[in-house]
Amino acid sequence: MTASSFPVLSALIFFPLAASLALLAVKGEEAVRRLTLTAGLAEIALALPLAGFDLTSGGFQFVEQAAWVPQWGLTYHLGIDGISLLMILLTVALLPLCVLCSWHYISRRIKEFHIVLLLMTSACVGVFAALDFVLFYLFWEAMLVPMYLLIAVWGGPNKRYASIKFFLYTLAGSTLLLVAIIAFYAAGGTFSIPELMTKTFSPRLQFWAFLAMALAFAIKCPMFPFHTWLPAAHVEAPTAGSVLLASVLLKMGTYGFLRFCMPLTPDACVTFAPLMIALSLASILYGGVIALGQKDMKKLIAYSSVGHMGFVTLGIFLFSQRGVEGAVMQMLNHGITTGGLFMLVGAAYERSHSREISENMGLGKYLPAYMFFFGLFSLSSLGFPGTNSFVGEALVLVGAFQESLLVGGLAIPGAMLAAAYMLRLLQKLAWGEPSKGATFTDLCPREWIYLAPLAVFVLYIGLAPTMTLKVMDPSIDKLLKDFSARTEYAATARPINLAHTPVMNGKEANQ
Amino acid sequence: MTLALLPEILLLGLIVLIFCLVVAKPGKDVAGTWLPVGCLAVLAAAGASLGQSAVLFGGTYQVDPLSQFMKMAVALGLFIAVTNSRGQATLKDEMRADYSMLLCLSAWGLMLLASSVELMTIYISLEISSYALYALIPLRAGDKRAAEAGIKYVLFGAAATAVSLYGFAYITASQHTTFLAELTTKPWDFATNPGALVGLIMFMAGFMYKLALFPFHFWCPDVYQGTSNETAAYAATLPKLGAVVILVRLASLLVPGQPGMTILAVLGAVSMTFGNLSALVQDDVKRMLGYSSIAHAGYVVIGLVAGTAEGLASASFYALVYILMNLTCFWVVCHLSKDGRNMRYADLDGLHQRSPVFAFVLAVAAFSLVGLPPTAGFMGKLFLLTATWGRGYDWLVIIAALNTAISIYFYLSLVRHAYTHDQPTEPAPAKGRGLALGALFAAVILLIGVLPAPVYELAVRAGQTLMP
Repeated sequence: MTASSFPVLSALIFFPLAASLALLAVKGEEAVRRLTLTAGLAEIALALPLAGFDLTSGGFQFVEQAAWVPQWGLTYHLGIDGISLLMILLTVALLPLCVLCSWHYISRRIKEFHIVLLLMTSACVGVFAALDFVLFYLFWEAMLVPMYLLIAVWGGPNKRYASIKFFLYTLAGSTLLLVAIIAFYAAGGTFSIPELMTKTFSPRLQFWAFLAMALAFAIKCPMFPFHTWLPAAHVEAPTAGSVLLASVLLKMGTYGFLRFCMPLTPDACVTFAPLMIALSLASILYGGVIALGQKDMKKLIAYSSVGHMGFVTLGIFLFSQRGVEGAVMQMLNHGITTGGLFMLVGAAYERSHSREISENMGLGKYLPAYMFFFGLFSLSSLGFPGTNSFVGEALVLVGAFQESLLVGGLAIPGAMLAAAYMLRLLQKLAWGEPSKGATFTDLCPREWIYLAPLAVFVLYIGLAPTMTLKVMDPSIDKLLKDFSARTEYAATARPINLAHTPVMNGKEANQ
Repeated sequence: MTLALLPEILLLGLIVLIFCLVVAKPGKDVAGTWLPVGCLAVLAAAGASLGQSAVLFGGTYQVDPLSQFMKMAVALGLFIAVTNSRGQATLKDEMRADYSMLLCLSAWGLMLLASSVELMTIYISLEISSYALYALIPLRAGDKRAAEAGIKYVLFGAAATAVSLYGFAYITASQHTTFLAELTTKPWDFATNPGALVGLIMFMAGFMYKLALFPFHFWCPDVYQGTSNETAAYAATLPKLGAVVILVRLASLLVPGQPGMTILAVLGAVSMTFGNLSALVQDDVKRMLGYSSIAHAGYVVIGLVAGTAEGLASASFYALVYILMNLTCFWVVCHLSKDGRNMRYADLDGLHQRSPVFAFVLAVAAFSLVGLPPTAGFMGKLFLLTATWGRGYDWLVIIAALNTAISIYFYLSLVRHAYTHDQPTEPAPAKGRGLALGALFAAVILLIGVLPAPVYELAVRAGQTLMP
């Protein structure tokens, strides 16, 4: 572990908090936006020391530890591995982009909006950096309130319904997570995540704790059939809210599976793997089929998210190197690509004041730059080779085929569905008749600025994924090594010819 | 000894002073201006006497960490309640001094209760506190519902007291002592000593009435709705502290798994579920808070059935947090209703436009009542659940966790109306002051939520004196 004298992670968590306090004193809309933008850029600058991350170690780095509530052994314990590093970088990078894409979109209660954005960033970084279970839960729940406000205050016409549904769903899911945390404390004697990871828990505890945690994480992902809050929330949320929701919040669910379910309840993971794989496949296919029939662009992308997150959970519950690598890749890529798509829908909405596909057709001739970005992100979303999502999806599919022909075979239509709904959307937007684009202006410099970085990452990760893989690989190796050491389940890549048996039988035979 | 009794003596001094002034100048508001300062002095005295310990008056009165912790909580609550009750719209001017005196007298009874370790002393302290409250409840000018509430409270209260006394007789008859310290050494199981256990349960029933624990809760929503906002703020919070302190002392008599303990756990579970489900359908904010207090009484029980020092400490800590967050919630409600009317959810519409500070304070209090981090309510609940897990009542912990999900809806409604609804054209007139103190309370809730260790340490010491 690298010893760092400067508390990078604390700085990343508390700087946005301090900035939001400073915002209270600022007057004037422009000043608020500029200050938040500056704070966002400063936050990225604060993240620069993370470049000192040791790529050879799979352990936690940049560890900070301080006593918090000694009576219960709670500690203020932060640290990151390769997986959380990527998520934190994604969160931090999105903050200034969110400010930029809301520059004209948000026209009322501007100061509050930016305060909420900053609080949100703070809580999200906290979730990915916390190494104390209660600290994790604190950030996990604290993030609900700003997200609720983003939807409920700055949302569309149906915002009250959507925001309450979001809050109730996610809170109801995570109440039992708290009980699971307490049960781990009772059994393991500590709230420290790295310490808990070294312990083995009784099968009974694992069984129930897995169910409690999986419910919380599956709602957050969201997995079919717990996904119904997502389309409602996405459609009503403002652009920045949708971006944060899709790019960061959903990842917390899958991050939870990787960080807690696999290390703490390995046996239960194996027991429930067939169920989780089946639900993942259902998410992939269901999300794709429903997305095919949408008229509202945001709803379409929301359902496509359900499908994409299905690939992530599928990858995780394959427990193979390829599968988990693909899952983490897909988490990152979905954040970049879907974030970009939501920003583009927001940009279209600013011009046409509608999210209906029929109101935004035929833009290709009039808005070439807009369509370039839309095309790029759409291709990325459907996993076109050369773009970032291809890498993640391909890795998951390789893992799936190693697991069994059936699982891989069922996931393939999902990838094809993605091509169908994204190309249909792209075609209508670019060449649809009658064209609505004659009166619209093409991208302004501000929009170029917030779309270009995402586009760069789409191509960079798509063409040269090595660096990203290098960051995550040591952590994934360690995760899988610990996992296979504690289960008899062979976690390493198995030859494909062993995987002919259907998924259910295959799993039972291995227990 | 003087330092040990300092808070009680100081508060009694205040009461006597008000009494003399009232007699000298009847009908004048003689205490309105300086009483909050006096209460602050009582709070300071309670803080100063934290480390004291003494056994006084023939062993009936014990100053220990638990009693001092609770006295501090009572003093804090009294300060907020007294400050809150200034400028009360529905109180006749000639009643103001009497109102203040009764408020202090009731709190004084609670302070005595915190130190009482003998059944007769407990009973007398409880009655001092209750009689003052019986007189306070109907003091709402020109409102028949307040009279109805007053009668309900007296009748139910008298019945509960009678049951309590009846149980007291059983305990004395079968155990031959009324001192808690001696009672702890006696057998309490149903097989060897049925009369004692029945007596104990009946005696506790009187305190469950104060705590509004199911099925002793029927008075609660009606009384809160009927009485004035400011009185409801007091009645919903401080008397519960008195009940908690006695239940904490009595619960240390029982061991987990005994029938008495299991009955208590079941009552707690029913109480929180019933309270939260009933609160869901309320429209009147005070009534909602009434039902929510039934639910919170259930949460406190979680700590009592743990049967450990940590459990009792967590229950005491939660009681303190509860009065803080509930009084903060009431603070906003009282200050928004200048003419003293009952607030409905719709009256909170657009609060963020009228008063961003109150909207924020209300949001903090509401999320703390839910138990969302980073508020004191979350820490309180976390400690309760952690202390009780693995002590044989895991089902109670799970029910409590699920109750959070039920309760979010109506607490969130407060925030929803304040933040997302537009302001009505003619909002209810609000009082002009109270912003600074309200913000201070919200800050304290957040501070305890982030750094609970120092306050919790006091509660731990209180718990350890009972169960070393």
